[in-house]
Formats: sequence, structure tokens, C-alpha cells
Amino acid sequence: MISHLPVLQVIVPLMAAPLCLLLRRAQLVWLFALLASSLAFLISILLLQQVMTSGVISYELGGWEAPWGIEYRIDKLNAFLLLIITAISTVVLIAAQTSIEKEIPKEKHTLFYILYLLSLTGMLGIVSTGDAFNVFVFLEISSLSAYALIALGNDRRALWASYQYLIMGTIGATFILIGIGLMYQMTGTLNMEDLSQRLPQVAQTRTVFTAFVFVIVGVCLKLALFPLHLWLPNAYAYAPSIVTVFFAATATKVAIYLLIRFTFTVFGLSFSFTTLPLQGLFLTLGLAGIFVASSAAIYQKNVKHIFAYSSIAQVGYIIVGISTSTVMGLTATLLHLFNHALMKSAIFLALGAVVYRLGTIQLSSFHGLGRQMPLTMAAVTIGGLSLIGVPLTVGFVSKWYLLIALIEKGWWLVAILILLGSLLAVVYVWRIVEAAYFKEPLAGSMPVKEAPMLFLIPIWTLIIANIYFGLDTRLSVQVAQSAAQGLFGVSP
Amino acid sequence: MKDLFSVVMLLGIYSLLSASFFVAMDAVDVAFTEAAVGAGISTLLMLVVITMTGRSEKTTRHKPMLALLVVVFTGGVLIYGTFDMPYFGLADAPIHNHVSPRYINDSMQEIGIPNIVTSVLASYRAFDTFGEVVVIFTAGIGVLALLSVVRRPEDSDKITAINDSMHERYLVIRIVTKILLPFILLFALYVQFHGDFGPGGGFQAGVIFAAAIILYTMLFGLNTARKVINQSFIQFIAAVGVLLYGCVGLVSLLNGGNFFDYNVLTNDPIVGQHIGILIIELGVGCTVASVMIIIFFNFAGRREMQQHNKKVHSSDLESL
Repeated sequence: MISHLPVLQVIVPLMAAPLCLLLRRAQLVWLFALLASSLAFLISILLLQQVMTSGVISYELGGWEAPWGIEYRIDKLNAFLLLIITAISTVVLIAAQTSIEKEIPKEKHTLFYILYLLSLTGMLGIVSTGDAFNVFVFLEISSLSAYALIALGNDRRALWASYQYLIMGTIGATFILIGIGLMYQMTGTLNMEDLSQRLPQVAQTRTVFTAFVFVIVGVCLKLALFPLHLWLPNAYAYAPSIVTVFFAATATKVAIYLLIRFTFTVFGLSFSFTTLPLQGLFLTLGLAGIFVASSAAIYQKNVKHIFAYSSIAQVGYIIVGISTSTVMGLTATLLHLFNHALMKSAIFLALGAVVYRLGTIQLSSFHGLGRQMPLTMAAVTIGGLSLIGVPLTVGFVSKWYLLIALIEKGWWLVAILILLGSLLAVVYVWRIVEAAYFKEPLAGSMPVKEAPMLFLIPIWTLIIANIYFGLDTRLSVQVAQSAAQGLFGVSP
Repeated sequence: MKDLFSVVMLLGIYSLLSASFFVAMDAVDVAFTEAAVGAGISTLLMLVVITMTGRSEKTTRHKPMLALLVVVFTGGVLIYGTFDMPYFGLADAPIHNHVSPRYINDSMQEIGIPNIVTSVLASYRAFDTFGEVVVIFTAGIGVLALLSVVRRPEDSDKITAINDSMHERYLVIRIVTKILLPFILLFALYVQFHGDFGPGGGFQAGVIFAAAIILYTMLFGLNTARKVINQSFIQFIAAVGVLLYGCVGLVSLLNGGNFFDYNVLTNDPIVGQHIGILIIELGVGCTVASVMIIIFFNFAGRREMQQHNKKVHSSDLESL
């Protein structure tokens, strides 16, 4: 069975989804989904181990060899992403049952878990596959389920947010499809490995140039790169809390994976960074994203909005890392994927606990919460510190690597700007800390209890991971570094 | 164009035209799907939506200059991209020389069915097709999650009354439909099982099958249709379709092959391929048909609730 791990990674949650429909009982479905997700997590650990010791795994679906059939290709980058996605998904699912109890009508719970599993399947499929068209198919699975999940939010604005996301996401997916179609036309293949070998021969054609532009713009829409980020804040703010946690931690990461995969592997480093002024473009947009989104975050009244804007800013840091086009910069990017998933999932999960107790997420309702929900608020604070990049947290590690990469490159000004951007993070995190710890509860507000255990366990698991991986960076740095080296090794 | 009804009709015509376009380009399978899905069922679904939302577009003061610019720019880039494309039908274009020769030359020995399109989508790239089925399943679940209305038994009596009053009017259409229905269903089954030899397969068959049920529902009312096809039964079939497809893969895993390797299903690889393709096409058909029916039932169910609420509302006013 060990040799079938790559496909089982995707098939386990995939097959679990229709089975859930047959099980029907919400409680049972929850346990079953949790089981499927944990199994996927286990598989991803085994895959990572296998890749780290013995290199790239290739798996031929249907037994047809690569350019004719579909290939699953797991290298260090894929394995790293798979680990992030499945780990977050599993931890988040622990809290799911409690959280949706108050946010989603009872008869829809089963459907919620099915959509959740489908979304997980889609993301895992995108990451595992080595076939460009297969990427699109699984992108559709993950996007469709995402639209439905976001629209399940009990605020009526969730529908509008989901609709906006649907339009933008569909445009993004269509762009990617057009790009893939053009690539197929010029090379006659859909396999990524094969594409990367055949594209250079036709690289100087306008068709390939167009294909590249469409793929990049499509992917950037999906990853909410400034100025294509407008769908994100509302989608995150009005979705059910669990959905927000899951997507904030994983969905944009998958899109960033696609960006890296297409620029570094499929089109190749030299093509990607010479045909378009991609370096300057990414650097400018990344920096603009950091400043615009962080400043916007400062003025939000809805706490979910604050962190949603912060997510856009974090995408900015990640893109700046890519724009350096050095091993060090890419290492910082990959590290930040991992670290950002840890901090955002912890923060949004804690916010989910607040919604569970208060039913609202306005900043004004946070007054005095520091004393009433001490463990939850401590989690938000630690998560916030990590977001700023305070030493002893994961946020520090990735910012440190990013700064080193920038200084190595001689981009002093950018390095200073990155530090200034972190100061903006201090401001918006402080507003929440101030409200929670230094303001008296509003007159007439009901006293609230600490969050239930099923919330606290996953929240604090994530927070401890935030601190642990901030101190012991061996695992994350080693994997990120060798994945980055791998990407530079493949593309000459 | 402000009249949504004509917009939908134009879309249908556009789909039908592009279907004929695909036929002209020798892509018969794609044309068939486009005709069944684009011109057929999606037009129907949009019409149902129009009955709920009203026929005319709301006027907005929004000025779409920026959007227009973006669209023109995108179109410009696309046209720019066509300049270096190989000519249509050029024999030495890359698409004809890399992957496809093997499909054309060897698929008969390797898979043993005459329709190469079916060979590619059901065997060489079976996993993509599996993904597509899951996409459709996801759509069905999404519609269920967002649109399904909880029906109380006392409501359904009143709703029947609305339906009955409607039916007296369309006598001719109802009789003709009753005569046509068995043939449509039979045609769906023909398309389903003839996919190996000519254009067709699970996707088209599922859609045609669903179209028959939808036609029946439109003329005889949702409640009568619900008596024939129970909601939870249809959901069950949708899930079973995906599971059936996936299980073929799992069986090949257990028989020692890779996922979706049909060669290991039986001792004879060709027979294995035949069986594998037959079963997955059946899975596709089940899921597609039931998801289409689910989508229609839920759209129509909402429409019915709306009608019903209106009626209740007006009778309340009268009693005042």
C-alpha cells in the first residue's frame, strides 16, 4: 500500500464525502470526517518522510505512463504543502462540531461536512498532481465547495460575499484554463514535467507569452494578490467561523503553491523572470499589498475583517519572497506559508470561539473579554504577536529569513519597508489587545464564560505549535530549504 | 438587453450554434455534451430562476467603464496570442505529434473500443473524468446546502392545490409528453451504453435522463414527481454514482494495479478495460442525472414555496 500513498492522499477524503451523504447523522458524519482527515494527515506525514529520504515520487494513474496518462508527482514542495493542509484541516475539524452548532441550521450539518471534505479533496488534488489539466479539475472542486461553504454563513451578507468570490474565482479559473489550453496547443502535452521540457523550444512565441500571462493573472486572482484581493475580506468575514479558519490557513497557500509551481517548474525560472518584468511587478505589488492591506486592517470594526486584511498583507510578504528569485527568498516564502497557516488558524479559531460565546465579532464587543475568556484571548494575543514577528514565535522565523534574503540581494530599502509594515501589524493587533484587556465591559453586557473544551484544545495545540516551531526551527527550515533548492535545481 | 428571458434564449441559441460548430470541427462528443448541457438543461434551469426573480434586469447607476476596459484589454491579449498559433488542422502542429499519435494508433489494441474519445476520457485520463464527476456532485451538494427548503406536511396539501389548478390548461402538451417520455428515457439508456462505439457516454446520458424527469415535473407538478422520485433516494443515487466510480479504482488497487488500472480487473486486460469503462460510465450517468434532478427540484421547490407564501399572504389580506 505504501507505493499507493500519493493517490490515497486524495482519494481518502474524496471517497469519504459521498459516504457521509449515506451516513446522514450529523454526529456520525463529524466523527467520520475527522477520521478521514486524520488519515489524510497520517498519509501526508508518511509521504513527507518518503520524499525527504528517497526523493521525488511519481505515481501513474491508471497505469498509463506520464504524458499519456495522468501523473501524480510528489516532491518536497508538494509534500510540505500536503502536510500543512491536512494538519490544519484535522485540527480545525475537532472544533467544527461545536462551532457550527450555533452558526448553521441543524439539518445542514451533514452537507457542511461533505462540502468541507470536498474542499479538502480539491486542495490536496491541486497540490498532488503533476498534470496541468488535472489541476484545473481539482481547482473546480475546491472552488465550488468553497463558494457553497462561504454562503452558509448566517449573516445575509455571506451570500453577497460568496457571490463576489464566485465571480472572481470563476474568472481566475477560466484564465488558468485558457492558459493551460494555449500551452497544450503549443506543446501537445499537459504533463507539467513534459511541459517544462517542451516549452523552452517554443518560448519565443506570442502564444506562450499569452498563456503565461493568463495563468499568472488567474492564479493571482485566486491568491488575492493586491489589487486583485477585493473578494477576500468579506468572504472571510461572513463565512461560518470554521470555514474562515480553514480557508485562511490553506486556500491562499494552495494558490501560492500553484504560482510557484507554474513560474518555477512549468515555465522555468529564466523564462518566468525575463519575459515579463515579474520581479519588479511582484515586488511592487507585494509591498503595496503589505501597506494598503495593513492600513485598511487598522480601520476595521469587525475583528474578522481585521485579520482578513492582515491575510492580504501576509500574501504580500510571501510574494516579496518569491520576487527575490533566490533560494533564500524562496525558503522564506515557503516558511511563511507554513508559519502563516499556523498563526492564522490559531487566531481565527479563537475568534470562532468568541462568536460561539458572544454571537458577534465586532471590536466593541471585545471589551473586557480578557478577563472573561482568558485562555481564548491569550491565544489571540500570542497569535497576534506571531503575526507581528516577535522573537520566540514562528512569525519571527519567517520574517528573519525574508530579511536575510533581501539583505543578501542588497535590497536594503525593501528590508526597511518590510520592518515598517510589521509596525502596522503592531497597531492593529494592539487595538484588539487594548479592547480585550484595558477596556471595561460595556454596560449591560452579559457575562460570558470561557470557550468550551473542544475549542480550547485545537486552539492551544496551534498556539503551542506557533511557539514550538518558533524555537525549534529544524523541521520547517530544513524542509523549506530543501524544497526551495529542489525548485532551483529542476529549473536551470 | 434588459429582458432576461431573451437573454436566456439567446444563450441557448449560442450553445446550440457552438455545438454545431464543434460538429464542424469533428468534435462530435463535445458537441453532443454542449447541446445536451448548454442548450438543454442549463437553459431550463435559468428559466426556472427567471420565474423566481422576475423577467427584467434591475437598472443600476453603476458605470461599467473600467470593466469594459479590462474586457477589451483581455480580448486584445487573447487575439495577440493567436498570432503565433499553429493553423487549424495543420498536420505538424504539436498537438498532433506528441501525445495523440499513441491514442490514435494504439488505443484499439490497448483498450479495444472504437471511440477514441471514450478511451481517452474513461481510461487514459480516467482520473480527470472522476474529478469532473466530483465537481458535479459538489454542485449538487452546494445547491442542497443553500437552497433546500424544509417542507412541512401541512404545506404540501396546499401546494398540491396550486399545482392541480395549473394542470388543467396544458392538456395537449401533457398527453404528448406522456407518449414521448419512454422514448426519451430509452434514448438516454442508448446514449449511456453506446458511448464505446459512438458519441455519447455517462455525461450526456445523465443529462438526457434528467431532462425527461424535469419535463415530467414541469407538466405534472413537483409533488407528483416527488412521489416518483423521492428526495433522499435521489441523493443516495448521486453519492452511489461517485462511489461506484471510485470503487473501480479501489478494486484495481486491491488487485495489485495502480488506481484506475482497468487491466488488472480481470485476467484479460481488454475485458478488464471494457468492464472498467462500463462501470465508470454508469457511475457518471447516475451522478449526473441525479444531480441535475436535485438542482431542478430545489430550484422548483423554492419557486413553489414562493407561490404558496404569496397565496397565503393574499388570503390573509382578504380575511382582514
